Amino acid sequence: MSVLFSQRHLLDITSLTPDDIVSVLDLADSLKEVLRRPIPKVPTLRGKLVTNLFFEPSTRTRLSFEKAAKTLSADTFNFTARMSSVEKGETLLDTVLNLEAMGTDLFVIRHPKAGAPHFIAKHTKARVINAGDGFHAHPTQALLDMLTVRQKKGTLSGLKVAIIGDIRHSRVAHSNIVGFRKMGSEVYVSGPATMLPPEREALGARVCYRLEEALYGADVVMALRVQKERHGRPLFPSLREYAIYFGLNRQRLELAKEDCLLMHPGPINWGVELHPELQNDPRNVILEQVENGVAIRMALLVLLLGGGA
Amino acid sequence: MKILLKGGRVIDPSQGLDQVLDVLLEDGQISTLGQGLSTQGAKVIDCQGLLVTPGLIDMHVHLREPGEEWKETIASGTKAAAAGGFTAVACMPNTKPPNDEAEVTRYILEKAQKEAATRVYPIACITKGQKGEVLTEFGELKQAGAVALSDDGRPVPEAAVMRLALEYAKNFDLPIISHAEELSLSEGGQVNEGLASATLGMKGIPAEGEAVAIFREVMLARLTGTPVHIAHVSTKLGVEIIRKAKKEGLPVTAETAPHYFTLTEEATFGYNTYAKVNPPLRSAEDRAAVLEALADGTLDVIATDHAPHSDLEKEIEFELAAFGLIGLETALPLTLKLVSEGVISLFRAIELLSTNPARILRIPGGTLKPGSPADVTIIDPERKWVVTKEDLHSKGKNSPFLGWEMSGQAVFTIVGGEIVFSRG
Repeated sequence: MSVLFSQRHLLDITSLTPDDIVSVLDLADSLKEVLRRPIPKVPTLRGKLVTNLFFEPSTRTRLSFEKAAKTLSADTFNFTARMSSVEKGETLLDTVLNLEAMGTDLFVIRHPKAGAPHFIAKHTKARVINAGDGFHAHPTQALLDMLTVRQKKGTLSGLKVAIIGDIRHSRVAHSNIVGFRKMGSEVYVSGPATMLPPEREALGARVCYRLEEALYGADVVMALRVQKERHGRPLFPSLREYAIYFGLNRQRLELAKEDCLLMHPGPINWGVELHPELQNDPRNVILEQVENGVAIRMALLVLLLGGGA
Repeated sequence: MKILLKGGRVIDPSQGLDQVLDVLLEDGQISTLGQGLSTQGAKVIDCQGLLVTPGLIDMHVHLREPGEEWKETIASGTKAAAAGGFTAVACMPNTKPPNDEAEVTRYILEKAQKEAATRVYPIACITKGQKGEVLTEFGELKQAGAVALSDDGRPVPEAAVMRLALEYAKNFDLPIISHAEELSLSEGGQVNEGLASATLGMKGIPAEGEAVAIFREVMLARLTGTPVHIAHVSTKLGVEIIRKAKKEGLPVTAETAPHYFTLTEEATFGYNTYAKVNPPLRSAEDRAAVLEALADGTLDVIATDHAPHSDLEKEIEFELAAFGLIGLETALPLTLKLVSEGVISLFRAIELLSTNPARILRIPGGTLKPGSPADVTIIDPERKWVVTKEDLHSKGKNSPFLGWEMSGQAVFTIVGGEIVFSRG
């Protein structure tokens, strides 16, 4: 398979070229077939060790990486900060160097501090994939979102993407803004102004204080969870008011294009950012995002670990 | 002991001097300035092509002793100062324990007496434990040798407490130095709010937070009539408030640091912890305003805010890394760069690095007038060198200028008539 991928690590979308992005998406599309086989397993990464380093809770991302690695026959270590020597005061760097000494070929890292994967990449010989750092970046989520949109819309250029919710604390928003802009689409962001920092425009997003402006004529509507655990002091008065003024429902989605896609990176707080009436809405592609997540992560493991025997 | 500094270009703003002259140092004092002075009985230093200036004074350094000797000591910090051309430093009180009692001030001065390469002027805390609540014993601290008061590293959060400090300082003639930061706006912040916070995905520290705090200090200077010195000004908004205050004749002075007039927030990109500093590196517009303020007199002083840290505090995740960078050994060439770029004159550069800090802290030095202490810096303005970890004298290697090619360096640093540092 000849694919072009110029990176040693996947740290953020910013450092990818549009060609890199296309390579990942193309490979993911073809690997998706493997997942649908009766026995979804190929020997591509036999003998490779993928270490999942998770310093924050995660369901989808962690299991998705594990599924991806296992489908490709790689070995996996699953490290969670609790129940480890981190609680005895071991530094991140020492943790990484020890796991490298045990033969790790690739680290998948999720960490509450922005830049932690970049820091690790500077110090390890292994490859590094950022599975979410603070409220900086979540590049694999953006890639799986782009894959989902490309499958449904046939293109990633000329689209209007609306991202609604807690933009300030969302690494998903950050990576999607950079990614969709890179591929030639427009990104509009909206939500409560206390969670809508105007400097997001520096990344190329259009900041809208009127929800309707962001939703109007959108091809893709992405809702985000309110990340209360990152807020410190309260940034909005009540969940009830949030749901009324910023939650997405059928009526609000009427503003978007008829064939728009409704997406969400999960976990969802039904009744807050999404009205339960959208659970079985035909525009809802949220579970397809999850399936694509496995394919994207398989593609990245193959691209970074070479796949040679 | 006599030293004759022969034929250098003498720059002394305190006397309005910029002239090729000989300078004779005798018994620890400046003895004579003149042409063709006799070399009889003197050690002669040929200063042709070199600059001879009053010893440089850094009024804002962290020597980390007592308490954090793995980062820096009075010995290593002043060695770095001497290597950078400084003959005196004023050290901030956020040591462990903090310098909030006369006993700590005396400890610092006794250590300095034995081990320091340069003069050391302790700055004591404004409030006990830097907690912003109860004033320290200004009288006892001054008697022990403190030259100024500051809670540097932290602001005094309540205006009413700062007001008391400014009032009480009148009794003892102690300058007050303000770390101007509105904590409720900067809390949790890591880098400049704007391009850097957006790009790196971290909480920002807004320029407005510095401006709010500077404005408060200006109002308190008006209310009390006591001089306030604003530390490490980094923003255009802050500069504008200070400019206006000075125009109105309020007793406000201010400093900035070389990193604010040399770098912008982009230096933090890639999560470079050596560029993590508080106040943070700001926008290009802020940097331009700081440069303008250095030239037009709004800013009085260039001070380094030399803040050494070891890799234990810096080679870690950006958000966990300590704020601060070292500056003693790079301040002079970065200031001379402003001269060669035509931003300020050489004369102005020496005012900023020597004359004005001496005046604001009311300490000896900052002049080559006969009878003054023989604190002199001899500078080769053309000397080319590269900043490397190995060549830095500070224990801290956390410089954002590693690898930079510099032009200009001190070749002799003379304190009280003794050569404390020289380069071949």
